[in-house]
Amino acid sequence: MINTKDTPAHPDGSPSRDPGLEEVHLRQQAIGVKLRHMFDEVVNEPVPDEFLEILRRADEASTKEGQ
Amino acid sequence: MTSPSPAPRPPSANDGAFKAELVTLIPHLRAFARTLTGDPTSADDLAQEAMMKAWDARASYQMGTNMKAWTFMILRNQFYSEKRRSWRQTQLDQEAAERTLIAVDDPEAPVALDELRQALRTLPEEQREALILVGAGGFAYEEAAEICQCAVGTVKSRVSRARKALQATLERGGYERDGKSAGDAMRSILADADRLSGAGRG
Repeated sequence: MINTKDTPAHPDGSPSRDPGLEEVHLRQQAIGVKLRHMFDEVVNEPVPDEFLEILRRADEASTKEGQ
Repeated sequence: MTSPSPAPRPPSANDGAFKAELVTLIPHLRAFARTLTGDPTSADDLAQEAMMKAWDARASYQMGTNMKAWTFMILRNQFYSEKRRSWRQTQLDQEAAERTLIAVDDPEAPVALDELRQALRTLPEEQREALILVGAGGFAYEEAAEICQCAVGTVKSRVSRARKALQATLERGGYERDGKSAGDAMRSILADADRLSGAGRG
């Protein structure tokens, strides 16, 4: 019954398709949306100053070395 | 005069471009680190270490190639080499995670995202990272294979197995929340995804 063929999710389920298969696609798509949302939530967080500070110090140190 | 340096480097024009590009990647490195460690604090430590490793290795990076994939590979290698060193700590973390999985019983908790996070923790590591890279990080299978240093076919099968396992876990309800029937996790994911994509389908 459940076809596990790895086809891309179908956005607007067409009624002619196997409803079981359609449901699997819908669920996989929903998981995909949530997954991206979870990841993007962190991407969209402001970067802590620490990161830029560390990089700035490293850059300064290497510039001095190079002189 | 100049003091003897290991390798003569051109002045910092290249460094400037490298740094500018590296800075744009920090948010992505943080997100990837968060999915690997599952903990914001150690994730930021990991992301900072990876950022510095990338900076130190900038002479070996060719401008114009895929810096995002390159830095992700550095971060991933860093994660696994640290993990090998501290396997004991990792084991404890896993036990803690399993306890949390059972102990989540706050009926008011934001269900969908929380359950997805927890369901992700139940996946084998190599499946989780493959799914994150392809499904959330926006990498092609080929790029993910490069990052994980494995064959493209391996990435494809890991992603496919991860998707199925994740769905199965969410449909089982997995975590046995009090008073919630199995399948609630999947239902809340579906509802939330609908809201997020703003598609309002029936």
